Amino acid sequence: MSVQVSIPTPLRNLTNNIDTVDAAGATIGEVLHDLEKQFPGIGDRLLDANGEVRRFVNIYLNGEDVRFLDNKNTAVKTNDEVSIVPAIAGG
Amino acid sequence: MATEFFSNLKCRECGRLYPKKAIHVCEFDFGPLEAAYDYSLIQKHISRKIIESRPQTMWRYRELLPIEGDPTVGLKVGFTPLIKADNLAKALGAKEVYIKNDAVNFPTLSFKDRVVAVALSRARELGFKIVACASTGNLANSVAANAASAGLESYVLIPADLEQGKVLNSLVYGTNVIGIHGPYDQVNRLCSEIAGKYGWGFVNVNLRPYYAEGSKSMGFEIVEQLGWEVPAHTIIPMASGSLLTKISKSYQEFMKVGIIPESKYSVHGAQASGCSPISQAFKSGTDLIKPVPKPNTIAKSLAIGTPADGYYAVNEVRNTKGACEDITDQEIVDGIKLLAETEGIFAETAGGVTVGCAKKLIETGKVPRDERIVICITGNGLKTMDAVMNHVGAPRVINPSLREFDQLLAQNPSLTV
Repeated sequence: MSVQVSIPTPLRNLTNNIDTVDAAGATIGEVLHDLEKQFPGIGDRLLDANGEVRRFVNIYLNGEDVRFLDNKNTAVKTNDEVSIVPAIAGG
Repeated sequence: MATEFFSNLKCRECGRLYPKKAIHVCEFDFGPLEAAYDYSLIQKHISRKIIESRPQTMWRYRELLPIEGDPTVGLKVGFTPLIKADNLAKALGAKEVYIKNDAVNFPTLSFKDRVVAVALSRARELGFKIVACASTGNLANSVAANAASAGLESYVLIPADLEQGKVLNSLVYGTNVIGIHGPYDQVNRLCSEIAGKYGWGFVNVNLRPYYAEGSKSMGFEIVEQLGWEVPAHTIIPMASGSLLTKISKSYQEFMKVGIIPESKYSVHGAQASGCSPISQAFKSGTDLIKPVPKPNTIAKSLAIGTPADGYYAVNEVRNTKGACEDITDQEIVDGIKLLAETEGIFAETAGGVTVGCAKKLIETGKVPRDERIVICITGNGLKTMDAVMNHVGAPRVINPSLREFDQLLAQNPSLTV
């Protein structure tokens, strides 16, 4: 299964400055794993030493925060949109 | 000003240094970037006397704000009144209460003028022609107004269901107002993606390290207006949690540069129960912030379900031995009315939250009755009139007849003097 992942500016130096990439997997966790395979180093930026999504990283599936779904176990299907977004300030 | 007091951006998590550009997160761990200063240099350049000799605006603390040249936007912002609120103190059963009243901040009647003054001054230094923000209302108003006077084009993105007052208070300045279906957190996410694509200066995205520092000026002013003393207790509303952490930082910086001696203080955080992720984390004894998927409160300016600085705010509260509290919508309305009826100050819903939480913190002994308390009011009630519309009664209407007036008074003995 292949989903579209939008890459935030701070990580684009790892994706040759491409802002949207395709990645494969049946869950968010697998998608992140595939990203690391394609772009070595990106996994470390997104996951902490215990393999959990870092405190200041937000991952959205079709606009919904995966923390409200099933975190890394959230199922994805073909053509879903995954966004990786750094936490930002209030307003 | 040629002297460089503001040296770098620095990751709050890992301490890596970055150049002073329009960037806001660490490339390695996504930690927020924060302005770093040369405090020993600053110490040589400011003193109470120097500050006191300057115009009464937030820029009298210029050395501790992250711009390089002289400020060019928001030159008259800040130095709002600090009011000794004796009537409110009596109602709350406390000895000494002050209101820091940013409901009358210039030009758009909220503390956001402070952050926007810094963000847009810096945006100009960095060469941006278009500025933008994600906003719950007050920030949009301030970006729209300050961009208009600075001759910058602006876009403000807001949740589509905001209070009419806040929408109108952006539209009037000729900005581009874009309503987004969905809560603030969705607006925020979209803005983060737009900022990455269009290269605009988003005050709370890529300009965030500069923007956030503007809030410190509220704390600097409190200290100066109390005769160069840090209040024992400061009660602060929390949306993203940024204001609370920055007020605490301002107290520490004044100690660091020798403006005031080392002093103990506590900061306390106030939220609405309908969106209280930081308060809940505090009460659960954790610093893991559980996001609120669907905020539900009349305090829309505080309705941020995924507070970016929540982690830092809850730790700042704990480190200073403060507390967090949250209250219901009815208590928010009661808080607005209490402040209005005792001190003649009409605060927006966030102010009702802060006053209501102050009451609860005092009643439960978390804020001692006999110590000095400052309550931060961050926005003006004229912008959130919908929230109190049905709670303040209605005028009594009569014909222009003295007899009818006499009858009216006779029916309402409390009105006769």
